Amino acid sequence: MTPPLVIAGRELRSRLLLGTGGFARLQSLGEAIDASQTELVTVAMRRIDPAAQGSLLDVIRSRGVDVLPNTAGCFTARDAVLTARLAREALETDWVKLEVIGDERTLLPDALELLAAAEQLVDDGFVVLPYTNDDPVLARRLEDVGCAAVMPLGSPIGSGMGIANPANITLIVEQAHVPVILDAGVGTASDAALAMELGCDGVLCASAISRAADPVAMAHAIRHAIEAGVLARGAGRIARRTHARASSPLEGMPELAE
Amino acid sequence: MIYVNGTPTDAPAGATIHDVLVGLRIDPETAGIAVAIDAEVARRGVWPTHTVPDGARVEIVTATQGG
Repeated sequence: MTPPLVIAGRELRSRLLLGTGGFARLQSLGEAIDASQTELVTVAMRRIDPAAQGSLLDVIRSRGVDVLPNTAGCFTARDAVLTARLAREALETDWVKLEVIGDERTLLPDALELLAAAEQLVDDGFVVLPYTNDDPVLARRLEDVGCAAVMPLGSPIGSGMGIANPANITLIVEQAHVPVILDAGVGTASDAALAMELGCDGVLCASAISRAADPVAMAHAIRHAIEAGVLARGAGRIARRTHARASSPLEGMPELAE
Repeated sequence: MIYVNGTPTDAPAGATIHDVLVGLRIDPETAGIAVAIDAEVARRGVWPTHTVPDGARVEIVTATQGG
């Protein structure tokens, strides 16, 4: 067993946070929640559709997991703060995955708006988990204003390109005094394992699971990849070398030449 | 006339947030919904008494799938 992830004093046995976006069916989401063993799943806040069939919240709560509302789709600090407040009112949680997007094509965060929103939400008593660039300086600034974790991207949302800049993720991990959750870019299990090997405290996955050919099987795979990554980090990997280093002894070789 | 989730909607003078929800066939007791009036959150406790002014922009939101 790996130690629990602790965010804002709350222990989570699972280091996998699951995004609910992209699942074709609610039943599939429910089964993926079970397979992932996550305890925290993200939701977005959108206009209600009185004709909508089935309740996302019922599925989530029937699985015994908690919701982490996000501010996806917000491009300004003002909109993100209002969305977080609506989420707090609707879902009775003061936890928020803070997203403030700066560009529609890449969905990369807007650093200035993100920091402004984070500061305001912390002042409002929120537990703020910001989705951020893989920028160590911005991560430090977010921690300084009181964020409960930092969630750097591996690569753009939904891209499945994995961890584009592992050196920056390592820098963020080295300096952080709050949990570091890799958020965005995971494409498959090995990306999640690498995040943990780099020292991240958790991984948030949505598309990698929800848009996999078999979401439930991928949820299972990523759960185990995170476990493997944590164990490998603890085990201490060997240093990379330019040249080979034989593991079989040179001494005692038989003379085989004719 | 008020604007509910972007749609022009008739509402009688003095209609409360509760009245607007009922008019849309949304049970105000439904868990997981929140309301903003002109970009300010209206807490659930004020829905029965808070009147929606003419021209107000009413946003009614709930949780949906998202990453």
